[in-house]
Amino acid sequence: MAHILSPLPGTFYMKPSPEAEPYKTPGDPVRVGDTVGLIEVMKTFIEVKSEIEGTFTAYVAEDGHPVTAGQQLADVAD
Amino acid sequence: MGIDRLLIANRGEIAVRIIRAAQSLGITTIQAYSEGDADMMAVKLADESICIGPAKASDSYLNIDKVVSAAIETSAGAVHPGYGFLSESPGFARAIEQAGIVFVGPSADTIERMGDKVAARQAAEAAGVPVVPGSKGRIENVDDAIAVAADVGYPVMVKAAAGGGGRGIRIANSEEELRTLAPQAQAEAAAAFGDGGLYVERAVRSPRHIEVQIVGDGKRAVHFYERECSLQRRRQKVWEEAGAACLDEDTRQHLCQSAVALAEAVNYRGAGTLEYLYEEETREFFFIEMNTRIQVEHPVTEMITGIDLVQEMIRVCGGQDLSVTQDEVKRNGHAIEVRLNAEDPFMQFLPFPGKVETLKIPEGDGIRFDHFIYEGYQIPPFYDSLIGKLIVHGADRADAIARMAAALNGLEIGGLKTTIPLHKALAADPTVASGDFHTQWLEAWLDAGNLKPENS
Repeated sequence: MAHILSPLPGTFYMKPSPEAEPYKTPGDPVRVGDTVGLIEVMKTFIEVKSEIEGTFTAYVAEDGHPVTAGQQLADVAD
Repeated sequence: MGIDRLLIANRGEIAVRIIRAAQSLGITTIQAYSEGDADMMAVKLADESICIGPAKASDSYLNIDKVVSAAIETSAGAVHPGYGFLSESPGFARAIEQAGIVFVGPSADTIERMGDKVAARQAAEAAGVPVVPGSKGRIENVDDAIAVAADVGYPVMVKAAAGGGGRGIRIANSEEELRTLAPQAQAEAAAAFGDGGLYVERAVRSPRHIEVQIVGDGKRAVHFYERECSLQRRRQKVWEEAGAACLDEDTRQHLCQSAVALAEAVNYRGAGTLEYLYEEETREFFFIEMNTRIQVEHPVTEMITGIDLVQEMIRVCGGQDLSVTQDEVKRNGHAIEVRLNAEDPFMQFLPFPGKVETLKIPEGDGIRFDHFIYEGYQIPPFYDSLIGKLIVHGADRADAIARMAAALNGLEIGGLKTTIPLHKALAADPTVASGDFHTQWLEAWLDAGNLKPENS
């Protein structure tokens, strides 16, 4: 099991907009560079891209909640 | 009616600024804060404080019910909204008024009227404030567009009457171009909004952003002269000056007096700013909108007039008359403010909400640093990136630029990336020194690669 970590402190979103579906659902393939979430930092939205590949397991951080830099956002299985 | 307990419904540097102004008037200050701001400087400086909800602004600083409840719970006699957040929300002002509490700003009705572009334009025209010349209302066909353009002069901007978001906007430099472009704008407007109605107005070439500071007590208003804020990035002001060196004295007097006329025509109470576009080529200025609040760049006006605008707005909203008459407001020298943001100017201005490890603040005559940081403070990532403003006052513009360059060299904020290198480069730039810039200058200057680590 590998983890996707937040590159910045801010507010985490697992969806590109409130009405949209989450970027990933359990069982989805994850490739390097895939967007898995957004971090809102100082009114700027920054895409979180995966640096690993595998199969998406689950989001760990809650949608719309504060996260710290380095905090675990999601799990990916090998 | 005086104010003895004031709730500050904002955060950051403006909260600190309001607390200092209120305390010097002998007012008890109560700081509202979110869970993300528990250790901010304003909470430490205020006499009392109250938590109004989670870090997310929509659950705290932007939540009208929570802020009104906090004001009632703390027995505040007045609420100062600062800038941003709810400062120009008529719904908030109305809720405060209905709770029997003083809103430090104009009435809800005035905020509503000046916040509506069409109503504000009508109020301005009625008070003799020049607006961008254009069609009286919507026009339906190309011949009407040509008739209006012949009247207001080229270039003209053709906009969709139903518009928004930049759709259906064209700029025509001649009748021939307008004959081609107006039908395109009309078709685009019809496709985007289901309405082919057009609006035509003069296009202002290389506009400079000039604004006039006024304060009214509901009966009388005075102006505190003008500011120039033409150095902007993504429509955000970056470097602001008082006064505007590009204006001659006659134009300045006309501009400032028409601003007072508008403020008095709407019985304005509190601090407000009228924003204008100025076309240097024709020496014409055009009203664009009014901000019904204190602004980020108010300190440059305070530096050249010696008047504390935040104290003044608290006094007049507490029911007192203006403390000054127009002939008592004098201009002295030139002032410049730069906005310090927690952003990396060498990485597309990426936000950098780090921890302030060290802090060295320049001191001396004519230097002011409005901020809310201290050593060991972790900048929260939930709000905007403004961490402070450095303001200098000089004998004239060249002196003020030299003082800004020196003050920037004396300012060190360790542990963060900030926009200090951008300001150092601007303070050393010959075009900035010459004053020959407009609102589209800075972005082009950045795009051309003028900001490099070695020249800042």
